[in-house]
Amino acid sequence: MSDRTMGERAAGQGLSFLGRVPGVAFVLVALFAIFATLSPGFTTVPNLSNILVQSSILLLLALPMTLIIMTEGLDLSIGAVLTLASVVLATVALSTGSLSIAVLAAVAVGSAMGLLNGWIIAWPGIPPFVATLGTLSIAQGLCLLLTDGQSVVGLPDELHTVYAGYLLGLPIPIIIGAVAYALMHLLLYHTRLGTYVPALGGNREALRHAGVNDRLVLTVIYGIGGLMAGIAALLLTSRMSSAHPTAGIGMEFDAIAAVAVGGTQFERGEGWLLGTLLGVITIGVLRNGLNLLGMPSSIQVVCVGLLVILALFLDGMRRVEE
Amino acid sequence: MSQAEATVPRRSLALSNDVLSVFYRLLAVGIICVVLSFISDAFLTTNNLLNVLRQASLVFFMASGLTLVILTGKIDLSIGATVGLSACVAATVIKATDSAMLGALVGIGVGAIVGLGNGLLVTKLRIPSFIATYGMLWVVHGITYYYMSGQSVYGFPAEFRAIGSGYFLGIPIPIYLMILFLLAGNFFTKRTTYGQQIYAIGANTVAARLSGIPVNSRLNLVFILSGAMAGLASLIYLARLNSAEGDIGETLTLPTIAAVVIGGTSLFGGVGSLFGTFIGGLILTLILNGMNLLGVSANWQPLITGLIVLLAVWLDMKTRSKTDASS
Repeated sequence: MSDRTMGERAAGQGLSFLGRVPGVAFVLVALFAIFATLSPGFTTVPNLSNILVQSSILLLLALPMTLIIMTEGLDLSIGAVLTLASVVLATVALSTGSLSIAVLAAVAVGSAMGLLNGWIIAWPGIPPFVATLGTLSIAQGLCLLLTDGQSVVGLPDELHTVYAGYLLGLPIPIIIGAVAYALMHLLLYHTRLGTYVPALGGNREALRHAGVNDRLVLTVIYGIGGLMAGIAALLLTSRMSSAHPTAGIGMEFDAIAAVAVGGTQFERGEGWLLGTLLGVITIGVLRNGLNLLGMPSSIQVVCVGLLVILALFLDGMRRVEE
Repeated sequence: MSQAEATVPRRSLALSNDVLSVFYRLLAVGIICVVLSFISDAFLTTNNLLNVLRQASLVFFMASGLTLVILTGKIDLSIGATVGLSACVAATVIKATDSAMLGALVGIGVGAIVGLGNGLLVTKLRIPSFIATYGMLWVVHGITYYYMSGQSVYGFPAEFRAIGSGYFLGIPIPIYLMILFLLAGNFFTKRTTYGQQIYAIGANTVAARLSGIPVNSRLNLVFILSGAMAGLASLIYLARLNSAEGDIGETLTLPTIAAVVIGGTSLFGGVGSLFGTFIGGLILTLILNGMNLLGVSANWQPLITGLIVLLAVWLDMKTRSKTDASS
């Protein structure tokens, strides 16, 4: 697989475009049909809009996760970084009274954690899962030290209008999600940096011989993940009008699940953003539907895990057929 | 130069590297002990030292199974969650049947089943182990929370609690268990074909497969052992805490990985030992014990553990690339 040429790879992507769209889309349609039958409140416009609004936070995490997984990497810290950025946002907003400074601080902290991830993975070459498990623990530790395990409450009311507000008739989280998707699409498919991403996973050695500073590129990609987590922190904090030191824990699992369900490969440098978008919506539909059926979040997590196994199983069968 | 002549000196070099790395780690244990005994009067008391060893034994049970997995070049991130599920299921069985033995068997069995699930995800579905076991973490976690639904189970028979909090000849029982498993595990990894095959898979999976080692069944075995050891650790936790809740194992995975890595087992597989993991667990426990004695808030623990893990992996990679270059 790894010695395929770029041309063959592009052809393979064209083939798998047909082969894969039905994969995740089929699951999405099936889930949609199941929940539409089982719970009457599911197919209402407010609920469907609600699914998209709720999915926006996950989308912000899953988009950069796609790039990271395409480089044969992983970011387990993204949920903890999201939480840390949320706690920083709330703390700074309380102490300075300025929301814009608070948002800047959250994005800065998120980016810094992302760059730290990239740095320790790219330079000493620490395996991504253990490196980001370490930074996960560091981010959690910083959250504990900042909050002493307590929630940060009493934030300005205008914060809530970010998540609950509308712009041009559309909910603001959906607009933020759409803009993020467009920017990541541009980055991955229309910039030079984007062309390096699959090469980082597929053939890093060749990239280095071509004179590309592969380590710097890798660091930037993890940095983007942290930056997006910082922006997601704005939505998360705004949704709850407060910051909890455990709020985003485990969000990385949903993000990785969305990427996997979307058809991005863990070991071949192949991935696509549209699949991730569909994966995010699929998980949003699954969680929303289970919620409406009165299932606790513990069962939802199990179902997301089973969904991933199903998706990877189907993916493996299709690969055998090819 | 003939093959035989070339291999003899290299082997002795490898041996001396092993001995050296264990020596450095024992030296670290000694230094930490000296420093701690200077800064805290409470450190060099029999009670505290036995306490350190008892805590190290808990780390060792989880880390010994994980060591086998890491020796094959894989990872098991689901250990903490497995401890939680095993503890909760074992607790309800003990409460329902009043049989410590049955509860213990069920606890270890649950761990082994989770391990088998990990193994099958890795060998059958070919999912990278860090993804498969990370997914398993959350699935097992979800099952535990659903199973317990916020309740806790407490109050176990004295004969069961003895394995966690009992003493024999003035020494806590978990310490005896740790020594037993350390000796048995050392024999298994160093002196049996199975153990050597585990090293061979981690050193070069393709070569191991080509030389006829049943790689997939050995991988399943190490994941099952890792799960079963997590199940065993959960029993000791249960016996000590005398209560089981859904979040019981939540923070245990990273310290366990830390113990293995500090002990000199390479995350890339093929290099390391259970004895190293024992020392690694001891070093980690001593550091946490020292923080405790110095009155450092428990809030610092995740931050410190994270830094220790990164530092240990970094040091390991640095020394390894140096010895690779020199040999």
